[in-house]
Amino acid sequence: MNEMQFLTWVRGPGLDIALGIFVLGVIWRLLEIYTLGRKKDLSVPRHTSGASGWHTIVRRSWAPPGMFKRSPVSYVGGYVFHVGLAIVVFLFAPHIALIDSLIGLSWPGVPSQVIDAVAVVTMAAMVIVLVDRINNPVKRFLSGFEDYFTWTLTFLPLLTGYLAVKHLLLPYTTMLALHILSVELLLIVLPFSKLFHAFTTFGSRWYNGRMSGQRGVSV
Amino acid sequence: MSASLEKGVNVLKEMIDAPIASFFNSCVHCGICAEACLFYTETGDPKYTPIHKLKPLRKVYEQEYTLVGRAAKALGLSKPLTDAELDEWQELVYNSCTMCGRCSLVCPVGNDLAYMIRKLREGMAVAGHAPEGVIGATKRTVEIGSPMGVRLPAVQAQMRHVQEDVGIEIPLDQEGAEYMLLLSSMEIINFPEYLGAVARIMQQAGKSWTLCSTAFEATNSGIQIGVSDLAKVIVSRIVEGAERLNVKTVISPECGHAYMALRWEGPNLIGRPYNFDVKHILEVLEEFRVQGLLKTEGFETERVTFHDPCQIVRRGGVIEPQRNLLKMVAKDFVEMSDPGKYNWCCGGGGGVSANENAEQLRLTAFKRKKAQLDEVQVDTLVTACANCRIVMEEGLEHYQMNIPVVGLTETIAKHLAKPTGGTPQSD
Repeated sequence: MNEMQFLTWVRGPGLDIALGIFVLGVIWRLLEIYTLGRKKDLSVPRHTSGASGWHTIVRRSWAPPGMFKRSPVSYVGGYVFHVGLAIVVFLFAPHIALIDSLIGLSWPGVPSQVIDAVAVVTMAAMVIVLVDRINNPVKRFLSGFEDYFTWTLTFLPLLTGYLAVKHLLLPYTTMLALHILSVELLLIVLPFSKLFHAFTTFGSRWYNGRMSGQRGVSV
Repeated sequence: MSASLEKGVNVLKEMIDAPIASFFNSCVHCGICAEACLFYTETGDPKYTPIHKLKPLRKVYEQEYTLVGRAAKALGLSKPLTDAELDEWQELVYNSCTMCGRCSLVCPVGNDLAYMIRKLREGMAVAGHAPEGVIGATKRTVEIGSPMGVRLPAVQAQMRHVQEDVGIEIPLDQEGAEYMLLLSSMEIINFPEYLGAVARIMQQAGKSWTLCSTAFEATNSGIQIGVSDLAKVIVSRIVEGAERLNVKTVISPECGHAYMALRWEGPNLIGRPYNFDVKHILEVLEEFRVQGLLKTEGFETERVTFHDPCQIVRRGGVIEPQRNLLKMVAKDFVEMSDPGKYNWCCGGGGGVSANENAEQLRLTAFKRKKAQLDEVQVDTLVTACANCRIVMEEGLEHYQMNIPVVGLTETIAKHLAKPTGGTPQSD
């Protein structure tokens, strides 16, 4: 298989397989989790404004009082890399074109120089949170293979994408093919790993806010 | 697999619901929950990270409710839960967690970790891995009627003492009274001033109230050990008593878990809503205050602060009343850092204070409260939970801090306005 055939495969069958596993995986996992259901709460609720699942979905995006100081790297690193990732994935013109070709939806992108800068900052933030994971006693204690594996799977698309755009290290075609392949690996693993928090975080925040909201506590 | 372990695992399987599944899938191992937990912040030991305490529950969840986990189990890639593991986790689940819920308040992905610890304890207890001290307290609550082994004659003796002290008759089993007052063992044995305070406040407010001979104890050790069947027995006693006496409102005493158990878990334990209201004494006092039925005079001259009991505040929803009430009688009321729903636990809730094995750890964790108190430099510490009170008294003594701890109800009662003639004392 030469580099052109490689690129053709990852753009064609490879992408179909990865997207298929991703979509079915997400649906399966969501059903697996949320069809477990929960018991109705029979206590008489205490109504307090701002205490609901929906409020918590939004509110939990900010650090509660005093917490930023205790874990600054987690918060700064976390914000920068999540926001950066979203910008690079959804606002880079070629990505928008791909999404358009898949589902017929498009929106304006941002200039590629901006994407370049955001990609570098995002990668830097990811390296910092990785170093923190290794250095911080709690994070190191909690971390296992999955934590480092999913970090790698998230980092590779950023790195290969940047190198491809910049025509660095390998011929463009090969690097682009590797970029697409790395995204496909990410898509396949996402539903079956901690990366699935991308979907369940909203449900978790809602449950937490709802259960506390029953007691009149906004969380 | 031993029979008890199998039962325990089955209980855990029953406990797992959509919230728990969602929580485990959301955790990214960021470790922020550790920063909210006084057992981690005061020891620096990563094993006290809240999400780590839940590992046995996570294992059962993955092996039983996920495709990948079931496959791994079938292929022998993940081993089933063992007694040795649960034994190792006993310290983490019972000694180093008060179910204070502070971690649930800060988790960025929204996990309610205290909710999960509560469920994990159900399986641990059935599998025979609950600490002796908490087992004893629960057994006494179910068999004798109170975790400290207090029986009705002890309550009646205290009623007589209080009657002599304050000159007000303490009603017992009075049908149709508006309020039924519950006590905690701690109040019966250590803090009799509570009963006298309520008697005087009720008299001033002109409200009818009663104690109940079959349901005087509010503490629910069943919740702390994590056995819903026993928690239900304890709650049912109160429900039957309240319905027999046909009272409008049951007053939960100055005790955190008692309130949470009765107000929020109780209806779910017995499977139906109550036909009476449950209010914490602070809520009742606040109502009296708002209605003008609570009249005080004079102020505490000393500098005071308030310790928010977790189960009344963060896990109970009573946040402002204590502040309004304390301001009625204290001019120099100062908040500790992280007040209200962000409070730091005393370190002894959730059965920890009944657990002898946890004593050293609890005293170490108390350094958090010590630091908060060092910041505000108060003369008196006021709270509204008899368990917090005794735990903090022990902690303060251990660290040689000379700060008296008092209950809010008695502090209010101390400042009750004298009857302005004409109002006859009840006989």
